[in-house]
This record gives sequence, C-alpha cells and structure tokens, in this order.
Amino acid sequence: MAEFLSLKDAVKKHLKSGDTAAFEGFTHLIPHAAAHEVIRQGIDELTVIRMTPDLIYDQLIGMGLVRKLIFSYAGNPGVGLLRRVRDSIENGWPRPIEIEEHSHAALANAYEAGAAGLPCAVFRGYMGTELQRVNPNIKKINCPFTGEELAAVPSIRPDVAFIHALKADRKGNVLIEGIVGVQKEAVLAATHSIVTVEEVVDELDTHMNACILPHWTVSAICEVRGGAHPSYAQGYYGRDNKTYIDWDPIAADRERFQAWMEEHVLKQGPEVFADRIKGLEVTP
Amino acid sequence: MTAQDFTPDEMMAIAASRALSNTDVCFVGIGPPSAACNIARLTHAPDITLIYESGTIGTAPDILPLSIGDGELCDTALTTVSVTEMFRYWLQGGKITVGFLGAAQIDRFANINTTVVGDYDHPKVRLPGGGGAPEISSSSQETYITMKQSKRGFVEKLDFFTSFGHGEGGDHRTRMGITTKGPTLLITDLAIWKPDPVTKELTVVSLHPGTTKERVQQTVSWAVRFSDDLQETPVPTEEELSVLRALKARTAAAHAGNRVETA
Repeated sequence: MAEFLSLKDAVKKHLKSGDTAAFEGFTHLIPHAAAHEVIRQGIDELTVIRMTPDLIYDQLIGMGLVRKLIFSYAGNPGVGLLRRVRDSIENGWPRPIEIEEHSHAALANAYEAGAAGLPCAVFRGYMGTELQRVNPNIKKINCPFTGEELAAVPSIRPDVAFIHALKADRKGNVLIEGIVGVQKEAVLAATHSIVTVEEVVDELDTHMNACILPHWTVSAICEVRGGAHPSYAQGYYGRDNKTYIDWDPIAADRERFQAWMEEHVLKQGPEVFADRIKGLEVTP
Repeated sequence: MTAQDFTPDEMMAIAASRALSNTDVCFVGIGPPSAACNIARLTHAPDITLIYESGTIGTAPDILPLSIGDGELCDTALTTVSVTEMFRYWLQGGKITVGFLGAAQIDRFANINTTVVGDYDHPKVRLPGGGGAPEISSSSQETYITMKQSKRGFVEKLDFFTSFGHGEGGDHRTRMGITTKGPTLLITDLAIWKPDPVTKELTVVSLHPGTTKERVQQTVSWAVRFSDDLQETPVPTEEELSVLRALKARTAAAHAGNRVETA
C-alpha cells in the first residue's frame, strides 16, 4: 500500500546494506534524486541491477557502495564509456566489483519473468555469443514441444525497485507515459518499491490503456520535482544532454569526481532538483 | 561535384543510407547507424519504419538523438511500447527486416566485439557491452554494419565475441541453429563490403571515390579480398549532402544545450 513519505524516510525505511536494488529508467525517467539519497545515506554492499547503468551507477560505484553490478549496457549513451565503472572494473578503485553481464533481451525478459512470478526467463538469444562463457547465469534449455534450443536466465526479483514517474494521485496510483522502459516490470518484480514523482494530483486524467501502477503495488511515493534530471520527464522537461556530455571529464578524474559528489550530492537534498530543471521545462 | 567536396564520414553515412528501402522495418543502433537511417528517411525512403530499442516504433526525429531514448523519438513515433515488448514481440518475433549496428571491433566474418579490449576478467578497456546487439544480430532478418576503418577496429582475432556474424564462415550460422541471414553489408568510410556468397568472408565490392585498394588494406589487419567486379561508389548527390549537413547542424545546436535562460 503506497505510503507518502519524504525521499529520505522512504530510503531509510526500505533499503538496507547488502540489498539487491534496481534503479530503472531507459534513458527517460531515470531516478537520479533517489540514487543521490541512497548515496547520502551511504547504504553499501549493494547489488545493483539495471539494463543501462549510466550516470547514477557511475556515481554509486565511484562512491564505493556497490558490491555487484548486473547489467546489459554500461555506457553514457551517445557520449562514451562510464569512467567510474571502468576504473572499478579495470583498476579496482575505489573497490573491485563483481559483474554479471547480459544482453538487453535477456534482462528485459528477466524483469518480465520476475513480474510474472517465474523463476526464470526463456527466450531465443545469446546464439554464438561469448557472454555465456563468462556468465554462469546464462543457460540453455530445450523446448519440451519442438526441441528448439533456447536461452534461459534467472528472473530478476529485487529487494527494492526505484523508479521516477510523472505523477501520482492522492491515493498513490502512479502514471508513467512516454518511453516506459521496464519500470512497470521492475516494480511488480520487487519486494518493495520507491516511486518518486513530478507531482501529486487530484486526478491522473489519463486514458484507458495508460501505464498505471495501482497504489497497492507501490511501497512509497515521494514527490520530487525534477527528480529525473539530467534525464527527462515526458511533458515536464527535456533531457539535459549538455550535462551528460559534461559528466565525462568530471568522471574521468578521481579527485574531480569526489569534489563534484561532495558539492552536488552529499551537501544537497532532493529539493535541489526543482532548480536543476529550470529552463528545460516543456511549454504546453 | 568532385571527390574533394565531401568528407569520408559523409560518404559513409550517405552510402549506408542508400542501402535502406522505403518498405524496411529497421532496428536502429545509436551513432553512425542512426545518422544513416535518418538520411534515408529524409531522402529516398520517407516511409521507412525506424525502431529504436527504447520502444519507439515508426519514429521520425528532427534531430539525431544523443541516446536511444531521447524524448524526440517518443514525440514523433507512431507508438511507443515497453522495452520488454520491443525485444520479445517485435525483435524476437521476426518483425525487423534490417538491424543496423555499429561496432568497436569487427573480424573478416563480420563478428562484432563491443565488450572489452583485452582479457574479459582483466580488460585493458572495458567497453559498454552488447546492449541489444547480440539478439539484433540473430533475430533481424538481416543486419547491416557501419563503422570507420582502422587497424584497431578491423582485427585478425576479436578480443571478445559479443555478437555472432558469420562465425568461422561458410554455413556456421546454420550449424548454430540461426535461421536469419546475418550481416549482409558493411559500409565504412572507405568502401562497401559484402560477405562472399560461399565462404562468407567480407569482400570489398565498391571503393568510395578517391580511395585506393592500398588505403583500404592499410586500415585492415587481415589480407583484404576485393571483388573481381570492383565498383566505385557514386559520389553523394547535392540533396544527400545538404540533408546530412542540415541534420548534423540541427543536432549539434540541440546537444550544445537546450536550456532556456530565464531571468
């Protein structure tokens, strides 16, 4: 049952050291404010899952909070590589991390299987790829009817799923529109879920096939205006591509990264995100 | 129009765009494939269906997206589906006629590495990884690849097999149980390559204007095969060049900053 909490209280209540957490968002609606709150609270030894770990996973990993990363594409899209993730994998700084690497098709299927309450996902994939040599969680299975060889991966069942959505009504029903990614699957697959939203409204004012998470599927709702920045929120504000481009040199240098995190994350609170989207708002 | 009037990068994007047809349903990779696909849409293939893995189907962006999930893609799409549905119904379901990919490393049988340079457990350079490519390579009816030529990229042996092209050549795909055609075309900044019908080894079928066989060989780590019927790629038309340059200019302006300064 959705509980309206401050982001600080929601994170404190639902996420603990050693948990498996998924912060989802496929370019759109990335839960930046929630990840920053986790960093401020220093919740560590996390296993983090995401199809497209970008800046927030670079930050979580660079701050030494991650034990294991499960992913399918670790890049700053259109810009390049993730410098902090690379430093951790290549040099063990600030700590070595374990990685479990998949393809997008595998993780998308694994989220769906998690939401569907299945132990594994079955799909046609990984044919001839070397990922199955380095990842023991990629198996082959034969169709019991046709004999066709298919791929199988474990379903994803996170302890906590974090997503950012457009809005919630006062009961806590949540609306996601635009590029919806795998957020619905992530929330339904998780034991607990924390949803930050742009605004809480009287009526969702939507259409009959909209992507809705009913209030009883969500653990906590936190109103954080701008909470996806520098990602975007369809109909609210555009993607801050310049910030993604500017991130590269910051993340490339350990000291510069630490100073940036101190100034822009550790010393701040979720309320700063409303300022960060100024000038990026979409005019209706 | 002479060979001095355009750059090798422009020739690459334009030659790649020509491979696409109005009836294609194309799964678009980010970077060079995205440029090629949108030039096709803005010139000879206005009705092409462009699909990005973020779930946008039939998108028509005015600028090139920086990521595969920019709002521009969703705003202009016929419809947007979940990423799960994209990979299950549309890609795995066989609805994609052409998957268009880029790569960091490629070998002579069009296998691709986008995972690591060096050893997997102790990489020299950790690259982003496969993303959608492993299944785009096996589930699209065929794939096109576009990338610039360099000895670092065109290697004798891949450091990692991210996406299966033609394996060790010949009928290797069929022996793996893969029923799709795989890579049928490679477009670079210097040439157009196609796999040999029998051996599946990539063969240069057309040199871009101003390029020589020697120049092609200098940027490839294996002994390059050239077609007996080697062609010259037609130079870009004025329309192709102006569409590409206008698209790049709009994109550069948008990515430099979309923030409106407010008092």
